Amino acid sequence: MRRWYVIAAPYIWLLLFFLIPFFIVFKLSLSDMARAMPPYVPVFDMSGLANFFSQLDFENYTFLLSDPLYINAYTSSLKIAAVATMFTLLVGYPIAYGMARAPREWRPTLMMLVILPFWTSFLIRVYAWIGILKKEGLLNLFLMNYGIISEPLNIMNTTTAVYIGIVYSYLPFMILPLYSSLEKISPALNEAAEDLGSPPWRAFWQVTFPLSMPGVIAGCLLVFIPATGEFVIPDLLGGSETLMIGKTLWSEFFNNSDWPVSSAVAVVLLLALVVPIVVFQRMQQREREAV
Amino acid sequence: MQTRFSWFNVTSIVLGFAFLYIPILLLVIYSFNESRLVTVWGGWSTKWYGSLLNNEQLLTAGWVTLRVAFISATFATILGTLAAIVLTRLGAFRGRTLFSGLVFAPLVMPEVITGLSLLLLFVAIGMDRGFWTITIAHITFSMCFAAVVVQSRLLDFDKSVEEAAMDLGATPVNSFFQVTLPIIAPAVISAWLLAFTLSLDDLVIASFTTGPGATTLPMKIYSQVRLGVTPEINAVSTIMIAFVTVGVLAASYITKRSTMKAAADARKAQ
Repeated sequence: MRRWYVIAAPYIWLLLFFLIPFFIVFKLSLSDMARAMPPYVPVFDMSGLANFFSQLDFENYTFLLSDPLYINAYTSSLKIAAVATMFTLLVGYPIAYGMARAPREWRPTLMMLVILPFWTSFLIRVYAWIGILKKEGLLNLFLMNYGIISEPLNIMNTTTAVYIGIVYSYLPFMILPLYSSLEKISPALNEAAEDLGSPPWRAFWQVTFPLSMPGVIAGCLLVFIPATGEFVIPDLLGGSETLMIGKTLWSEFFNNSDWPVSSAVAVVLLLALVVPIVVFQRMQQREREAV
Repeated sequence: MQTRFSWFNVTSIVLGFAFLYIPILLLVIYSFNESRLVTVWGGWSTKWYGSLLNNEQLLTAGWVTLRVAFISATFATILGTLAAIVLTRLGAFRGRTLFSGLVFAPLVMPEVITGLSLLLLFVAIGMDRGFWTITIAHITFSMCFAAVVVQSRLLDFDKSVEEAAMDLGATPVNSFFQVTLPIIAPAVISAWLLAFTLSLDDLVIASFTTGPGATTLPMKIYSQVRLGVTPEINAVSTIMIAFVTVGVLAASYITKRSTMKAAADARKAQ
């Protein structure tokens, strides 16, 4: 019977503070806004079930659909997250590959060096890029000093800056799963392919890369899912033309105090991410239970 | 077996680490800049660190942040360790699928959603927002990270030592405290440190769940960063980076020493 106490403590905590809040968000997204504190018409009013159902409506959702701002924010978040994930993969793969092929005694140190930036504050790492990318920032200073460019580059407050920010901040999330699947692949397989006459790049594409697919998928999901709802990076590095849904939700909530609409935005964002999140969980579960 | 450095591998590692570390390094260097203008180097100076000590608001925010991080990391580690035990040792039970879903989902959930949903919960149950609501929110997401860290250690080690303890008459609780816990201790410490830094770092969830009177350091930094890059912020950032780096290096040293000791013990036992 003790077993149930062990299960109950974390289970109840997560039900109460993770699952139930989602239902509240969902219900609130179906209610009307009211200028009061809290600023919404309570859907939890127990005055009668009929009354309760009559208050539910999809007004907020039709509002989201009718305003191109929201639709654009959704599509551009998904696009930015997808493109940034691709770039992160391109940058992260050679690093993970180099680490997996490094001498064994070096690997723990290299791992440590990848993890360390992940432990340092996200906000600080994004902030560091402001000083580098802005018009009179260090990058422009450096490039103009060496005569590579004559006019300062305008990177700050553009979507390019958001890409750089996402690639930089989420790189460890990409490298770690890639590294753990690349490390399992024996270099002997590559040597065998090369002995049989395959050029190194072909051995890579036909042997190593397919075998590293689990790491590629896990890394891409770990970057794509949080990047889609990212707020800090587009807010600090992006400009007004960079629409991202996390930023929209934030300003809807903090600037317009429209709780029902921001709840509806959250529900739609969650719907867009349900498939990748479920895929990620399945992979995690399979990997952990396979051991 | 080829485990030498090849030129391609060395180049990609060096470039990769340069990309990861140069921005942080520049930030640290410019925190010692005499000039207020961020891009003009005016010589070395520690005056911005001195001016931090007089910044009452930042100090208060720092103290709130440390307390939230300490309390939330402690609870998150306990709950996360329990969750890891449930997932690795207790076998099948009704609702296990939902449970493992609840443990893994917060790892990738966009923070704006977690923050908003927790805020709405606190409003719905009429809880006063402030220090404790931030702490509860932080426990909730960091316990899942703690669970993952402890779980991978629990999956690694030989279950038969626990079974042996129970065969010799130890109760499950006894065998946990006397056999399992000492073995997984390094992972539990790492989990605590991870939970601590996650809490130290969080801006979005804290902004949603806070109330009057509870401002954390990231919230304070964020509101100043929006106004531009300042050497004071560089100085605060450098202190936070130093804090975390020392913590992580210490943790990895402890882990390394204890695994080496375990290996030595295992050799002796043979």
